[in-house]
Amino acid sequence: MSAVAAPGSIAGGKPRRLWRNRIFKLGMLGCMFVAFGTLAVLLIDTLVTGWPALSKQLLTGLPSTVAEEAGARPAILATLYLGALVLFFSVPVGVLTAIYLEEYANRERWWNRMIEVNIQNLAAVPAIVYGILGLAFIVRGIGVGRVVLAGGLILTLVVLPTVVVASREAIRAVPDSIRQGAFALGATKWQVVWRQVLPASIPGIATGSILALSRAVGETAPLIMVGAITYVAFNPTLFGPYTALPVQIYNWTKQPDVDFQTLAAAGAIILLVIVLSMNAVAIFLRNRYRKQW
Amino acid sequence: MTTADASVARPTTTALPRKKIRWGEQIVHLVLFVAAAISVLTTVGIVLSLVLPALDFFREVSPVDFFTGTTWAPLFLDAKFGVVPLVVGTFVISFWSALVAFPLGLGVAIYLSEYAPPRATSFLKPILEILAAIPTVVLGYFALTFVTPFLRDQLNVQVEIFNALSASLVLGVMLIPTVATLSEDAMAAVPRELRDGGYALGADKLQVSTKIVVPAAISGIIAAFVLAFSRAVGETMIVLIAAGQLAQITFDPRETIETITAFIGATGNGDVPTGSIEYKTIFAVGLTLFVITLVMNLISIRLVRKYREVYE
Repeated sequence: MSAVAAPGSIAGGKPRRLWRNRIFKLGMLGCMFVAFGTLAVLLIDTLVTGWPALSKQLLTGLPSTVAEEAGARPAILATLYLGALVLFFSVPVGVLTAIYLEEYANRERWWNRMIEVNIQNLAAVPAIVYGILGLAFIVRGIGVGRVVLAGGLILTLVVLPTVVVASREAIRAVPDSIRQGAFALGATKWQVVWRQVLPASIPGIATGSILALSRAVGETAPLIMVGAITYVAFNPTLFGPYTALPVQIYNWTKQPDVDFQTLAAAGAIILLVIVLSMNAVAIFLRNRYRKQW
Repeated sequence: MTTADASVARPTTTALPRKKIRWGEQIVHLVLFVAAAISVLTTVGIVLSLVLPALDFFREVSPVDFFTGTTWAPLFLDAKFGVVPLVVGTFVISFWSALVAFPLGLGVAIYLSEYAPPRATSFLKPILEILAAIPTVVLGYFALTFVTPFLRDQLNVQVEIFNALSASLVLGVMLIPTVATLSEDAMAAVPRELRDGGYALGADKLQVSTKIVVPAAISGIIAAFVLAFSRAVGETMIVLIAAGQLAQITFDPRETIETITAFIGATGNGDVPTGSIEYKTIFAVGLTLFVITLVMNLISIRLVRKYREVYE
């Protein structure tokens, strides 16, 4: 604050106003700086700490109680399986739900409004609550046990609202003239959706699905609840016990030995590479196929 | 008269014969509805999986003791089930992370919405997305192994090894994208005419931003705050790793605490036998968490709808 002028004073008003504006803008740039600075420090710190432990052993070896011999192959494989399961379940269900809500549902009906609010709410339910659901219903309730499939189903439920919301936005962005054109040519409703609306919204749906997938792959809390166990010395199968990469990182973090802390950082690098490259693909897709109607 | 009536009515009846029911279309409609119903079933599943074991729990522990008790020691021989320390821990974390995330997130939103040139926005937004995409287990690790030592050694803040402050700071930064994106959406919905009106009256950019755009978008901004707070309440990994597992009633963020989510994560992790009181505790505490976040989410959804109704 430079000039101390009486309020309303014309002489002092201009520079003071100028300075106030500059300081305000600086403050906002400061906000950006804190956010991005933390991100940069986090990435650099993880990279520097984890780099020495990032080895072929880590990628291909089996877990061990000795830090030097520990690897994360079962965890990495399980994470890839989980990702595949999430895509397999969440994309069809999410897209069909989005089509229903955008193209078919009559919003005058209370049950359709309820489905909408319900999905908005599910999107904000803490991930660990899904873990409790998984523990009660999937693992112990129907007795599937602590297997990869159970983890995949729970992660699917966690990210389903994300897929639905993204797909709805993509479908909504298709202009009505396209639909009316197709109807005018005698297409049925499903033909309009299947041959016109859906193809036009694929880039948006793909972007949203990849973002959802990246979230699922990094999710830890629900997997802890549905029993991604600590020590798995074999490759996972669909109906077998497993541990996922984020859970493995968490378990290494808990070890007091500093070597395991380094391993945790190395695991974090692998996880970050997987997650951030998915995000990069999503951002690329969005920019590449942004359609102007 | 009757012949005239018939001649008017006939063309419509012959031109449009009775609508043929297309069974394929009906089946498609049904399949779509079933897909949409899965989300409702999920909610029902969540509620049932929480409420049934929680009722079992409350048969053994009186709800009054649970909600007013100030000692949380469910795994001890002389078990005490007072949830207050966990709730306090949760709100301490949420409060401090909100203190970080609200002003910073709002600042980022104002910058993106009012100040940033389009070219800057096109690369700043993806960076925000990347920040939002960092897995929470990595953030927790960062809080424990970088922020806590940094606070102790560089800033001379006497914090415990596991402390609420580090967890809150990192959680706060994690929530900046949530606050910023939702607030910016609300600000983008403010019509240009309002801004132009302000400029026409001689307001500068600062005044237009803070006295016109922010108030006009306030319901959306509050919705963003509420949602971010709800996410702070529900966040598990950062607090589990960095804030510790010592359930105590303290408002000092430098101390070790335990949140609701950290308790669930730490207890669900072990092999708790089904049907034991420890096992049921997870659900009673989980139900508490679910109700807290549900209320906040519904408030947030309602607020978002409000600003959408005003401007769209």
